[in-house]
Amino acid sequence: MNPTRIRSVLAIGAALAIALLPLGSGPAAQGKGTIKIATQSPLSGGQAALGEGIKLGTQLAVEKFKGNLEKAGFRVELVPYDDQAKPDVGVANAKNIIADKNIMVVIGHLNSGVAIPSSEVYKEDSLPMISPANTNEKVTDRGYPNVNRVCGRDDVQGPVGAEFAAGSLKVKTAYVLHDKTTYGQGVAEAFKNDLEKKGVKIIGFEGTEEKSNFDPIITPIKAKNPDLVYFGGIYDQGAPFFKQAREKGVKAKFLGPDGMDSSDFVKIGGKVVVGTYYTTAAAPASSPQAKQFGEEFKKKYGKNPEPYAAESYVATAIAIKALEDVTKGGKAPTREAVAAAIRKVKYNGMTGTIEFDDKGDPKKASYYVMQVSSDNPEKWSENKEAKRLAIAAPAMKK
Amino acid sequence: MVDRDAAADRPMDFELLVGIFPQVLLDGLLLGFMYALIALGYTMVYGVLEFINFAHSEIFIFGAFVGAEILLSLKNAGALETLPWPLVLLGVMLAGMLASGALAVSIERIAYRPLRAAPRLIPLISAIGMSFFLQDVIRLVESLWRNAFNLVYPTLEPLNVRYELTSTLDVSAKSLVVIVAALLMLWGLHALVNRTKIGTAIRAVAEDQAAASLMGIDVNRIISLTFLIGGAMGGAAGVLFGVQYGLINPYTGFIPGLKAFTAAVLGGIGNIPGAMLGGIVLGLLEAFAASYLSLLTGGAFGAEYKDIFAFSVLILILIFRPKGLLGEVVRERA
Repeated sequence: MNPTRIRSVLAIGAALAIALLPLGSGPAAQGKGTIKIATQSPLSGGQAALGEGIKLGTQLAVEKFKGNLEKAGFRVELVPYDDQAKPDVGVANAKNIIADKNIMVVIGHLNSGVAIPSSEVYKEDSLPMISPANTNEKVTDRGYPNVNRVCGRDDVQGPVGAEFAAGSLKVKTAYVLHDKTTYGQGVAEAFKNDLEKKGVKIIGFEGTEEKSNFDPIITPIKAKNPDLVYFGGIYDQGAPFFKQAREKGVKAKFLGPDGMDSSDFVKIGGKVVVGTYYTTAAAPASSPQAKQFGEEFKKKYGKNPEPYAAESYVATAIAIKALEDVTKGGKAPTREAVAAAIRKVKYNGMTGTIEFDDKGDPKKASYYVMQVSSDNPEKWSENKEAKRLAIAAPAMKK
Repeated sequence: MVDRDAAADRPMDFELLVGIFPQVLLDGLLLGFMYALIALGYTMVYGVLEFINFAHSEIFIFGAFVGAEILLSLKNAGALETLPWPLVLLGVMLAGMLASGALAVSIERIAYRPLRAAPRLIPLISAIGMSFFLQDVIRLVESLWRNAFNLVYPTLEPLNVRYELTSTLDVSAKSLVVIVAALLMLWGLHALVNRTKIGTAIRAVAEDQAAASLMGIDVNRIISLTFLIGGAMGGAAGVLFGVQYGLINPYTGFIPGLKAFTAAVLGGIGNIPGAMLGGIVLGLLEAFAASYLSLLTGGAFGAEYKDIFAFSVLILILIFRPKGLLGEVVRERA
């Protein structure tokens, strides 16, 4: 390469660098320094769509609510990290995040399995984390002062389903099937126990790892003719099971946990699974407050928000409120102070009123029972809300 | 008058047990024929080479993927509804058979033939490697091409019709198609091996490769042919599997493949009628275990124990008949 070529390459490089300078560097950059808000979610790989939603929901909230902090003289920046839905990547990122002293709060993760080890790292330096999506009990049951979530818990989904089945559907008998995983069996057992307490007869409780041929399992179900069939697991097993059951003539109502909450559920199950109910901790895109968020989101990013984008928006709004409290009078924030302030915030947003209890769960979380209303996967976000319940998180297990 | 609730409370409801029997029998037969078709690929290759082709489960699912792709492109072209379904199904099955057969022949050429003189374990390792390799190739191609992991089989509407035979027994058109197709193919293969010149050549190679070659039989060609036929049966089974169960992914083939291999051993590996019998026995055992275990034990053992039950019975059979159910009939091997 000759010298002029090198120079022109350098010039192009410099021009690119200028063009790519952080867009967030606004006019109020003078004075107090920078507050960074980090996101950690999968931005590449199979779950990138959901992870991107977390990033964009956060970004929307940062842009909307950063005004007061900027007036106070702080520069507010969003720094997205890609955890690839892998625990080791999440932990490596977490180490970089705690090393950047300007980062005051993390919004993330998508996967409980990534959030749990990563939050061990945040805890070393009391860096607050607000999770939009992690429903595993262990996320908050460790009782860390810096770990919070705005969504519900797995162990409450079972009771929510039971409440709906006994209270709204008024079923008398139920058949419960699960996938033998920690998640699926856990939810199914909680569902079954609660349903029994409500006087509904459980006429079958079984686990299966089968993914294709459900015939021999369905035959006894059909013969026993229950009012309700519950499947504790994920849609890639739940959808073919419900599909084959309906095709084989099972007339019961179908119910499942948020493992069914994916448009792939109808892609696999087709017409016959329309009408299936599922419980979820993600706010439906069809509620009025969420609708407004959805419109703003679509205007800005040109697509519908994925599940958990709204929760990320709420989590960020809470974080910014806490940051405002801490920086009152122009004080520089510390991570401990922000973590403590987050626990004091009372926020009223599209997922209801959120206030954290002493372990970081919302005092009352909203759970939704949704009903599949179309066999078109693109209309998944239009599923009907059948019931909404606000339930307190169980107290910490000692 | 019997109190209905009290009757339902009894752990064993005799009426129910008897009532579902025909349905379970039918489900088990259906599953058994599926296993039998896959098992043919294992047993034919073993009969000729005394070697387990562990990549057969991927050859099987490859046929399912080819069938799904053809059905999907027909659907996108709007031809799925207009063309008569038997024609579509036949065409798709033939395509799946061709594709899987060709894949099996190329695998033999690339991964097994160079190792034919090596100790028995070496091609076995090669086969296991091939199996992993194919799984991930299918996954890679599908994720680049469709950006999907699970592939939903397009349904042929007329096949979803169900016939209520009695109040507790019904059968869907696609199950009937699977059973009829399996019977036809098994009969065809049996005739091919026992009544044609090619079949005689295959049996000759199985008995003694050196002697067969002295008689003017091109041993390599016959071995390729064996892989072609076994692979084609697997491909057809793949398409039928997709049509029947509706959902495949690149790793779906593994478990049915393992079960079919077991069926082949149960029937007496290397023996074609044995593979059929083994498949049907295993399918029935599995169906009965999944349907009846929880009913008979009052919920103590659920459907999750179906494989444990089926394989326990299998171990028992093999203890008393180590060569498999029809093992002794075989005299194909030297």
